[in-house]
Amino acid sequence: MIALLKRDLTLAFRAGGGFGLGLAFFLIVTVLVPFSVGPQSSLLSTIAPGGLWLGALLACLLSLDRLLALDWEDGSLDLLATAPLPLESVVTIKALAHWITTGLPLVLAAPVLGVLLNLPVPGFFWLVVSLAIGTPALSVLGTFGAALTVGLKRGGLLLSLLVLPLYVPTLIFGAEVARRGATGMETATPLLMLAGITAATIALLPFASAAVLRVNLR
Amino acid sequence: MMPDLGKYADTVLSAYAASLLLLVALVVFSILRGRKVRAEMEKVEQRMTRNG
Amino acid sequence: MSIASKANSLWEYANPKKFLTTTERVLPFFWVSSAAFLVVGLVWGFFFTPDDYKQGSTVKIIYLHVPSALMAINCWIMMLATSLVWLVRRHHVSALAARAAAPVGIVMTLIALATGAIWGQPMWGTWWAWDPRLTSFLILFLFYLGYVALWEAIEDPDTAADLTSVLCLVGSVFAFLSRYAVNFWNQGLHQGASVMRAGAITGTDTEEKVSNIFFYPLLLCIVGFVLLFIALVFYRTGTEIRARRIKALLARERVNA
Repeated sequence: MIALLKRDLTLAFRAGGGFGLGLAFFLIVTVLVPFSVGPQSSLLSTIAPGGLWLGALLACLLSLDRLLALDWEDGSLDLLATAPLPLESVVTIKALAHWITTGLPLVLAAPVLGVLLNLPVPGFFWLVVSLAIGTPALSVLGTFGAALTVGLKRGGLLLSLLVLPLYVPTLIFGAEVARRGATGMETATPLLMLAGITAATIALLPFASAAVLRVNLR
Repeated sequence: MMPDLGKYADTVLSAYAASLLLLVALVVFSILRGRKVRAEMEKVEQRMTRNG
Repeated sequence: MSIASKANSLWEYANPKKFLTTTERVLPFFWVSSAAFLVVGLVWGFFFTPDDYKQGSTVKIIYLHVPSALMAINCWIMMLATSLVWLVRRHHVSALAARAAAPVGIVMTLIALATGAIWGQPMWGTWWAWDPRLTSFLILFLFYLGYVALWEAIEDPDTAADLTSVLCLVGSVFAFLSRYAVNFWNQGLHQGASVMRAGAITGTDTEEKVSNIFFYPLLLCIVGFVLLFIALVFYRTGTEIRARRIKALLARERVNA
């Protein structure tokens, strides 16, 4: 398992595996927000928590179609399926690798981009906390979507269509935490809901992803 | 015959028109596709029996 | 013994041939009765019910809005049930029925959204509000779209049936979650469910009731929509079975040639 994780991480860091791509996309989306709504700092600081969450979500979405597609093309996915390691752990490791290469950098970059959008000071802490708790769910859900569409020629757009509705609860609670945090309100309830959704998806969804992947590899 | 719909006549009528249009379109498209598929199946089945 | 034989007789309809002959026999009944219920219910509702003192004549939209919204949700529940049957017992008819039902569900969702928007314009002063009920219907619509798109995208029918079934299961959980998430996110304009409350039927609920004058035609319309849904799903499942048979026959032809 560790070996697989190491392999995925090395592949991602080397050969332009898209490591910086998600981050750059997040930066660009954040820069585009003021262009689209205008530069008034009061307006920007109200939409900053939601805008940053949406940017992070889209950056995450962007990197999903490479999550399994490369391994599918060169056949290593078939090898993994016949390996003694259960497919459930394979998809979990894949999701973890995706989170480390995409989700974690987004979490770390979010405060820096928060400055650009005039995020109120108390919001920084809650933005980072909500992203840190929410993005693992995005990676796990994305792995499910990638497993569904892995055999398809042009699965990219379909993948977005399938995954985005699944992102709704995470986005709602995550952005709610950041928004409430930024305005100094109580954040415990949405934070607990967000954590609950993430925990449940991590615990249950790998089984669905593995089942779907088995169908696609048959 | 026509009931007096008052100032909301446009609202009510457009809601009925839109819904009925959608329902009729759904039924018509279902039946058109059903007919086409059924005819095609009969054609293929006949060809199969002829060729053994 | 009787339970076992009953169970057997239900599963017999999983045989495509048996399904086709049976539905062929009952379909005319469903078409005619659904048309009858809808015509009577809608005509009664449209021509012979008074205006509401607050909503004016827009109350007549209820006869389309409520049944279609009900069917939009019931359709997804039916797809969930047939997907489970496919995953557990692998009856092809079941998977094809789910596929056949999805576009019907899309149209029902569209009708519910469209009539709601048209009604909301004069009543709430806006076509659209990010109200929990409206928002969850929009999300349901997105789930339907993804489900249909996945069916269309996959060549192999068994693979498609498996993948869409799992998507339907996961989607159900998330659609349900979204319902509660949006409730939390915004308190709504939309009135609570007022049709099925016991007080609404007996007329004792004074707070927010759909009174009897509106209720009986509405009930007819709901029955009509249910019958129409059954007729459409039976018919469309038959179409899917035939399309599937064409595919199988052509494949056999290629092998023999």
